[in-house]
Amino acid sequence: MTEIPLTHVLILSSLLFIIGFVGVVARKNTLFMLMSLEVMLNAVGVAFIGAGSVWQEADGQIMFILILTLAAAEVAVGLALLIRMQRRYRTLDIDVLNQMKG
Amino acid sequence: MNLLASLPLYPLLSFLILISYGKRLSWVMASWISVGSMAAAALCSVFLVNQLSTSDTNVITAYMWQWFSVGSAKVNISFYLDALSSVMILVVTGVGFLIHLFAAIYMKSDENFNRFMAYMNLFIVAMLVLVLADNLVLLYLGWEGVGLCSFLLIGFWYQEKSNVLAARKAFIVTRIGDTSMAIGLFLLFKSLASLNIADINQLAQSTESFTSISMHATHSNAYWAALLLLGGAVGKSAQLPLQTWLPDAMAGPTPVSALIHAATMVTAGVYLIARMNGVFLMTPQVMTYVAWLGGITLLLAGVAALAQNDIKRVLAYSTMSQIGYMMLALGAGAWSAGVFHLMTHAFFKALLFLTAGAVILALHHQQDLFKMGGLLKKLPVEATLFIIGLACLIALPGTSGFFSKEAIIASLWSSPTAGPSLWWCAILGALLTSIYSCRLFFLAFLGKSRFSDSLVISDHVETNKLLRGALFILALLSLFGGLMTVDLSSLFSSYKQTAVNSYESPSWLHVVAIATPFVGIIFSWFYYRNYRVVSDKSVTASQSTFVVFCRNGLGFDTLYTVLLIKPYCFIAKLNRKDLFDQTLMLTAWYVRIWRDVLSVSQNGSLRWFAAAFGLSLVGLICVVIL
Repeated sequence: MTEIPLTHVLILSSLLFIIGFVGVVARKNTLFMLMSLEVMLNAVGVAFIGAGSVWQEADGQIMFILILTLAAAEVAVGLALLIRMQRRYRTLDIDVLNQMKG
Repeated sequence: MNLLASLPLYPLLSFLILISYGKRLSWVMASWISVGSMAAAALCSVFLVNQLSTSDTNVITAYMWQWFSVGSAKVNISFYLDALSSVMILVVTGVGFLIHLFAAIYMKSDENFNRFMAYMNLFIVAMLVLVLADNLVLLYLGWEGVGLCSFLLIGFWYQEKSNVLAARKAFIVTRIGDTSMAIGLFLLFKSLASLNIADINQLAQSTESFTSISMHATHSNAYWAALLLLGGAVGKSAQLPLQTWLPDAMAGPTPVSALIHAATMVTAGVYLIARMNGVFLMTPQVMTYVAWLGGITLLLAGVAALAQNDIKRVLAYSTMSQIGYMMLALGAGAWSAGVFHLMTHAFFKALLFLTAGAVILALHHQQDLFKMGGLLKKLPVEATLFIIGLACLIALPGTSGFFSKEAIIASLWSSPTAGPSLWWCAILGALLTSIYSCRLFFLAFLGKSRFSDSLVISDHVETNKLLRGALFILALLSLFGGLMTVDLSSLFSSYKQTAVNSYESPSWLHVVAIATPFVGIIFSWFYYRNYRVVSDKSVTASQSTFVVFCRNGLGFDTLYTVLLIKPYCFIAKLNRKDLFDQTLMLTAWYVRIWRDVLSVSQNGSLRWFAAAFGLSLVGLICVVIL
């Protein structure tokens, strides 16, 4: 079994994170923004797993399970908000919700 | 505390009650308080005058407390009642009471009735303080109080812009005079080291340095002090250069006009000059100025009154011209005659204004003379009262105006400071007075009725009685007030008779003076024929350039706008962008720019927030690491 160097893991994780971030910023559809958030959370998860395996510690995996739970909770709230938004505004375009102007 | 000290307290208390309870007081309560306080003040002043006539010293004083002291001079809050101020308090409280009575009914339906009555009371307080003050500083307090109250009352219906502008104009124009008077006070204090009026009048004649001309000056201190005081009097009494505020002051409710013209405000200037007679006597030159000012004003105002369309403006110009007579009398040294005319003028001008108010009320607030006509049959009582008022104004023999005006005219010819030319001025003024009075009467009360609405005849008998009661008393006073001769000759020190330039009076003077009003009446009977007779010819105001010029007050407003207001506004506009302002504005701009940046960043878009959050986090980490 060949070792995967940590650098590669971190590069993968950063790429995923950036893809997720760009998704959050560039997407208009709220559903896609939530999915991009998931991608970002998973990118962080990948980094934790990689680091855990390098140092042979369980902490990384524990952290990943924590993130997973967090993501599940966040999606539950997010989807509920999404349904309210659809009911109220008949759209999922996030730019409609811009009433909090300065 | 004696009775004299309490005199201004009655209206003051009423003012305080009315202003602090505001609209919570009902109409009945408010009018009882304000009119009742005035009745109390009137009774009180009658009693005081009675007391004065029996006292040995001819003076009643009331010392309350010391206000402040400058060096050795003390300025007290204390009142001083002598023959001159007793005439004034009788006029102020007596006529003031009748005007209050009228106003309580006239303004009944106004929603700010209580505020109105409170201001009226305050007006009387200020005037009483002015009249009773024993020193010039207290007099100045009353002087300014009168100015303030006139501002508040002229602008009483403040929702309309023209009223507010008129109030502001009255305030600013009289302020010019007030400033001159304040400087005069300083000069008097500097040269005589006293502010007490009685002391000043005495010191002015005994102090050598005050009357003599010093080495480098062209005029003595007395000259300048008298001139500056005259400036104050000119502002308040609406005489020649500062007269423009008076016609505009007609914007206020009619009782206010009556109060300003008859009992308070405009008489203040005449009173001031009469009060400071000691100073004026020292400078015959200024006395001549006073006389000429009065003479020119009375002619100009008479000409302007001939061209007015608004019933109240005719009366306003006639006030100006009558005050001109008073000034003329003062300038000629006929102090008693001037003050006597002040008193009779207060009676008949209050009567005229209040009757005009009743007519205006009956015509749904129509003030245009050319939309009246034929009222003699419709409003016989008001018409009769108006005739009485006008007869006094014209000075028909037997009325009060006759006695006072003849006294003035008779004193002019032989006066060393007036002379024949001013006598002719006064005669010409009397002619103008009778012509514009006839024109006013013909237009309003004779001829064909030119109004379309039906008349409002007050159906409430009780209020109607009160309203007319006030008018009847004034009418009686106007008719028979002339019999109450005012003898103030003991009070005023007369000239040192030099008799060099005094003229011998010819015997025909009195005949001409008495005949003049009749000439005016006969002239207008024919000249204004189409105003008088009922015909189908329509009566319209003349639109010729000269008439319009006269109607606008002989172009003084335009002149002041071009000469003073425009340059002032121009300089003010230039001055807005000076260096200091710009420096201060930098701060404002700095704040403003940041406000704009921040407000743009708060655009409410979630995606922008997320991007900003992420990028700044990256930036922060970069800073920490590198």
